Amino acid sequence: MSAPSHIAAPLTAPPLVVVVGAGPAGARAALSAARCGARVALVDSGERIGGQYHRQPAVAGKAVAGGPDASAAHPLELAVATQPRIAHLPRTTVWALEPLPEPGPAPGRHLVHVQQGPADDRGRPVRTLAADALVLCTGAFDRALPFPGWELPGVVTAGAAQALARGQRTAVGGRVVVSGTGPFLLPVALALPEVGARVLGVYEAGNPARWLRSPAAALRDGGPGRVAELGSYAAGLARHRVPYRTRHAVVAAHGRDRVEAVTVARLDAGWHPVAGSEQRIGPVDAVCVGYGFTPQLELPLAAGCAVRGGHVAVDARQATTVPGVYAAGELTGVAGAPAAAAEGELAGLAAVADLADLADLADLAERPWAAEAAAHLAPPSPARLAAAASRVRSGRRFARALARAHPVPGGWRGWLREDTLVCRCEEVSYGELRDAVAARGADGMRALKLTCRAGLGACQGRVCGRNTAELAAALLGAPVADPHAMDRRPLAHPVRLGDLAEPPPID
Amino acid sequence: MRVLREDGEDRQVRDDGGGGADVVIVGSGVVGAACAEALTRRGACVLVLDRGPLAAGTTACGEGDLLVSNKAPGPGLTLAQASLSRWPRLLAALREELGPGRAECEYEVKGGLAVATGEPEGAALCDFAAAQRAAGVDARELAPGEAAAYEPHLTPGVRAAVHYPQDAQLQPVLATTSLLAAVRARGGRIRTGVDVAGVETGRDGRAVGVRTSEGRIPCGAVVNACGPWAGEFAAAAGAPLPVLPRRGTVLVTAPLPHGTVRHKVYDAGYADTARSADPGLQVSAVVEATQAGTVLIGSSRQRCGFDGTLRAGVLRALARGAAQLFPVLGGVPVMRAYGGFRPYTPDHLPVVGEDPRRPGLWHATGHEGAGIGLAAATGELLAELWAGEPPHLDPEPFRVQRFAAARFGRENGWH
Repeated sequence: MSAPSHIAAPLTAPPLVVVVGAGPAGARAALSAARCGARVALVDSGERIGGQYHRQPAVAGKAVAGGPDASAAHPLELAVATQPRIAHLPRTTVWALEPLPEPGPAPGRHLVHVQQGPADDRGRPVRTLAADALVLCTGAFDRALPFPGWELPGVVTAGAAQALARGQRTAVGGRVVVSGTGPFLLPVALALPEVGARVLGVYEAGNPARWLRSPAAALRDGGPGRVAELGSYAAGLARHRVPYRTRHAVVAAHGRDRVEAVTVARLDAGWHPVAGSEQRIGPVDAVCVGYGFTPQLELPLAAGCAVRGGHVAVDARQATTVPGVYAAGELTGVAGAPAAAAEGELAGLAAVADLADLADLADLAERPWAAEAAAHLAPPSPARLAAAASRVRSGRRFARALARAHPVPGGWRGWLREDTLVCRCEEVSYGELRDAVAARGADGMRALKLTCRAGLGACQGRVCGRNTAELAAALLGAPVADPHAMDRRPLAHPVRLGDLAEPPPID
Repeated sequence: MRVLREDGEDRQVRDDGGGGADVVIVGSGVVGAACAEALTRRGACVLVLDRGPLAAGTTACGEGDLLVSNKAPGPGLTLAQASLSRWPRLLAALREELGPGRAECEYEVKGGLAVATGEPEGAALCDFAAAQRAAGVDARELAPGEAAAYEPHLTPGVRAAVHYPQDAQLQPVLATTSLLAAVRARGGRIRTGVDVAGVETGRDGRAVGVRTSEGRIPCGAVVNACGPWAGEFAAAAGAPLPVLPRRGTVLVTAPLPHGTVRHKVYDAGYADTARSADPGLQVSAVVEATQAGTVLIGSSRQRCGFDGTLRAGVLRALARGAAQLFPVLGGVPVMRAYGGFRPYTPDHLPVVGEDPRRPGLWHATGHEGAGIGLAAATGELLAELWAGEPPHLDPEPFRVQRFAAARFGRENGWH
């Protein structure tokens, strides 16, 4: 394809920063970039600013009961709405990210292809944004581990149950068990009783007591706010008489047409079920599972950003390995909303600082637009950048501590039986996956999915990709080449063929 | 086991201690796998090496077409005809040897349907089909209106259509893993994650081994089955080859009810774009369903090196072409897009055979977009030539020597 004429065009004046994701990180990034003079397009698939996080109160147990607050704008939302340089694009999905061919005037320039309007509508308008810099804040989704029966209706992710409770004030079931690992299970377990569900138990597969028993470590890593937050969760669980057991997990779900009961087992340190410890719990009509989070990597990977340890690699100012592309929030590690917001703030500042530098470096005789673009920018002072960076550091410590306290050791693979589904969309069993590796010799993710069809269905590997890579690695006795192959989705979101065929307006 | 060529030359240089082989095949795609299968069937000790994981390159990006319909009469068509008749026999033999499960690869003789929506294109399509018929292709011109009986959802704007009952499809990675399962069952070895840096030669200039990321491996012959990377490998082996990557992109829809798209259906312009030497973007509509119900939409061709960047303009052009052929697809979600690189040669013919500049170095590459279909006959032909058997088709048009001709330039190492 020959380059469209606008590609050779200079930086727009003022330069356009496209922020993808309007959770705490994205909203903060948009605000800080806009306040420094950039034009900002804030793109999010949701209706409102705040993402997943602001569906829930900062401190559990307080605003949950409050119906009236749900519709009121929170401060972040107001700040975004009143900032004239931010264009908020709600209900907008990015379906592709296209780096502009070099040599471009700014290395971070991308065409951001979006589609607007209610999901599943026909004829959703397609638009293309020409970004001078890109801040990716696409967040993460709950990780579900497979176990026999996890495909039964009634088994949901903890995040889905929480969204239903907070967003629509609906309980996922009447008698619910929660299983997984990490402190993010706790607000879910507390949200459920508020909407009328009885939580029969919270099963924490890990043993976070080491960390929680050490207030000094929690204070150092999380700060007093987080200690108080964890304390309030503990009080809430006690108030609702919700049993909380560590080193236990739901290892099977039972039922004919939907979940009716579960088997809970005690786990050893490697998460192997302890023989004879299994107990059946029922009746239940819902199971919420959450084994940490998987970052939404398709856009960072489409931009060419390096990924390390499952997260987007960023430097001390949120810059990815691709110049002009920044990442903030759960893409870089999970530490909760305040940490994500601090990263967003820094990413927005760094994006503007780098754009201003770029304009300074440009040969002004050849590129008069550079001065014009720069004239709109009020880049942050080094001191301001440094202050923002220091706020980010404590969040990163907390993210590392959290990840250390809640590892997902490989014993879960022992929960699987021959016929346990590993890919629910395409109904691929563990036996079929093992056959693809052992009998067919598939040793990479591409051949694996094309051999057994895991990851080829509706979710495009979002649910099963990581589990499949770990199962394959265990079967091979070595890490798979390109474990993120299933996270590469050049088409980041489904688009109807007819919509794709339409040439879009570019702005 | 000793392997003797019919001319009496002993080709066996097996070195069990050092992991050597009669033949080292570089590339575990469908062409490398087919060569390995045909060689092991003749008793050769084979080692397949791939720097990446198994079958993860061009093979994993193909639609799995086994086509005669898009080939003009000539050596390419002859090879396609041989390969199309060979595939079902090969798969039957693999089923016999490995059992039905491990030989399953979704093989289906679904037939192709080439259509034209304009009058001049329709006339050209019918002329093309007539020439193919003269060369033995089953190409059936359909009466106006008859196309709808073959494809009920096809645009009513079709002016001419030709049905090719011989066109077939299989799932390329399943086919490759089946072939390699047979190779393994016969004692052949497959090692992935091993980068082959070059070919070692003896004092007489003959290939005697390969240099790899894991050391030297002695062998009697090396097969360059590196697909679009075959040019690089050949250059490193001191025998340059004009094989270049030609990018293609495929859209995959959500699964549709069975029978929505029944054949491989393509715009009559497809055969022309495939044969074109233009490095710029060329798109013609190709639409076909898979056994899983998803619909694959191609076809784009562009020479842009190994640049794998997504280009939305290419996706749009593909979507437009498919929606024009099948208006019903307009409302269907596209779930996935992926791209790959075809091994392109300037005359659109593969290179199969031993390289006279570097005896012991063999090529099996340059199949462009037809490697899945042509693999069966390619593997057989290479193995026949290696074993000194009479080949089942004329190998001359595929020999590397043809690039010595001036029209391919002097940069290819011919003097």
